[in-house]
Amino acid sequence: MIAVAAIALSDLFAVVMLFGVYSLLTAALFMNLDAVDVAFTEAAVGAGVTTVLMLASLRLTKRWEAMPRHHHFPGLLVVGITGAALVYAVLDAPLLGDPSAPVHQHVTPHYIEQGQAEVGMPNLVTAVLASYRGYDTFGETVVIFTAGLAVLLLLGIQDDTRMRPGLSAIGDQVVLRAVIKMLIPLILLFGLYVQFHGDFGAGGGFQAGVIFATAFVLYDLVFGEGSARAVVPPRWLHRLAAIGVLLYGGVGVYSLLADRAFLDYSALADDPVHGQHLGVLLVELGVGIAVFSVVLLIFYAFSGRVRRR
Amino acid sequence: MSFLPGIFNYLIVVFLMMAGFYVVIAQGNLVKKLVGLGLFQASVFILYITMGNLSGGQAPIVGEGVTTYSSPLPHVLILTAIVVGVATTAVGLALVVRIHEAYGSAEEDHIHAEDLAQDEALLDADATREDQAGR
Repeated sequence: MIAVAAIALSDLFAVVMLFGVYSLLTAALFMNLDAVDVAFTEAAVGAGVTTVLMLASLRLTKRWEAMPRHHHFPGLLVVGITGAALVYAVLDAPLLGDPSAPVHQHVTPHYIEQGQAEVGMPNLVTAVLASYRGYDTFGETVVIFTAGLAVLLLLGIQDDTRMRPGLSAIGDQVVLRAVIKMLIPLILLFGLYVQFHGDFGAGGGFQAGVIFATAFVLYDLVFGEGSARAVVPPRWLHRLAAIGVLLYGGVGVYSLLADRAFLDYSALADDPVHGQHLGVLLVELGVGIAVFSVVLLIFYAFSGRVRRR
Repeated sequence: MSFLPGIFNYLIVVFLMMAGFYVVIAQGNLVKKLVGLGLFQASVFILYITMGNLSGGQAPIVGEGVTTYSSPLPHVLILTAIVVGVATTAVGLALVVRIHEAYGSAEEDHIHAEDLAQDEALLDADATREDQAGR
């Protein structure tokens, strides 16, 4: 329903807000389907960061959409045909929760039965993320880093001359300021908890990075544009992002030097399980640092840009 | 229709996916296209998480007295995909901002019209240059 409303409206501000609500509902659905880590990420990213970024780019473009075009029919036809084909395919799909589905064969039983013994941590999602599928995660961290670079190349971080720290676009909201002032330390603390407790409970580097960045984004939004830059200058972030990726890669290179495969954490300590645990911790730290600095850099790039034309 | 509850999630996925697809191909505003892409992306996330679910299973965090867990593998794939998704969306938005700065609009029609006008101006300029060279 919300998706339909988001399509029908021409007020882009409302569209973006509805998109945020949609993300939050999706997160609730993930929770319901036992995917706590994913729900966590979706709530932090979809409902928080994406909405802020989209609003920031609306500020730089236009709020209102032009009159919609009239020839909707070809589009509807294509969508109708594709949808019908997909519904036909769905009729053959394994039912929800079916234990004999292909997903629950192959490697999954191994991850579930041996995961804790081999990697030494109860949260299997973190174990698979950082250890079994460490190559994928490394690749994804590099993708995020590259995306941050691309945004910087496209927009750059400008010093807005009209930007006055302490003056916020929403004006001087005393209640909001007081509440945010109390919330920010808690958000930062929660971010650290998510980062370092990700081996045992839901959480990990990706979520922690986003949560940490959200605290600074909030600070910047409420206490005036540019005030977050006084705390974390952009030039630090450039280096931090690279350090995060290098930390991940460095762990891999270290295991190579120790005559093991790339990213084989057993090389990190005498006891393989202990080494795995240490490796996962370091790698997640690298991911957290990289994600935090890239998200914050992207926010700076959007918020600092002066509207032209 | 006893199988309906089993595939209900998949039907939702198809509906959302097609809604996003429709926005991407039929709407002219570039920001809205990115929202459509986001809808599409989220439907894929739901598809993966639905596949990973196991009836009677628990969240894949090892605890005492729990023997069945949902598959952690789709969770891992989607978790990273969400964060990569926000990074790529940011790149898309940055492109939209630059396009808006160059053309003064984020509407596809307007951009096409301006491109055509520019092409014609260039062709005209070429023609006059050739005329002068001929003389």
